[in-house]
Amino acid sequence: MWLITTALAAIITTAIWYAKAPEDKYKLGLLSLFFWGATLMWLVDHVMAYVTEGGEFFEINLDAALLGVAVIVLALFVWEIVLLVSDPKGALRKALRG
Amino acid sequence: MACFLVPMGEAIVTTVVQKVVENRERKIGGERVNNATLSRRLSWLNKMLWGGTALLALEHVWHGEVVPWPPFLTAMKNPAEIGPMLHEMATIGVAMAIAVTVVWGVMVLISERKAGAAMPKVKESPASRGV
Repeated sequence: MWLITTALAAIITTAIWYAKAPEDKYKLGLLSLFFWGATLMWLVDHVMAYVTEGGEFFEINLDAALLGVAVIVLALFVWEIVLLVSDPKGALRKALRG
Repeated sequence: MACFLVPMGEAIVTTVVQKVVENRERKIGGERVNNATLSRRLSWLNKMLWGGTALLALEHVWHGEVVPWPPFLTAMKNPAEIGPMLHEMATIGVAMAIAVTVVWGVMVLISERKAGAAMPKVKESPASRGV
């Protein structure tokens, strides 16, 4: 399930990044590459587990769905930290100055 | 169990390489390979590797395979589980790292082709002839 949610997040962020490209003020390129990296790694993991162990390709239950949400929350959290540290709009700098 | 440690190892190496390349580019005045610098292209690989590593680490914590106290990997507590863990790292972990690197290679190839295709148009354009 987390593979599906991460792949979906990767597709959506890439589409938004492309709509705004070549400008990438809010670092959507970074977020989409984060999601694509995880999607690729989980795809390999799922394929190899399916080939060697068999069973269901996608684990669909509440725990897997919650993990899918947690994964997206973590990626968004890291992206926001990067965004606040780099502060491309200068909004944080202005807010701190008062 | 600990498959994400292999892409993490690769990410550490490629991050160091990117920093070295970046410094070299700064010294020689930002040498460009077509349209993007080599360090910028390496940053794509780093972002995919670090992003994947972070999200996979969360999955491992979620499943109780990684804990915040030593030895950090629960498989390390039981000697019988160390062998399968290393086997998983050698198979799935290496395959993950290869997959991400291959996709990055394809991205670089496409960007080079696109940049290469744009170059003749610039040369042939009348604006570039005069002035």
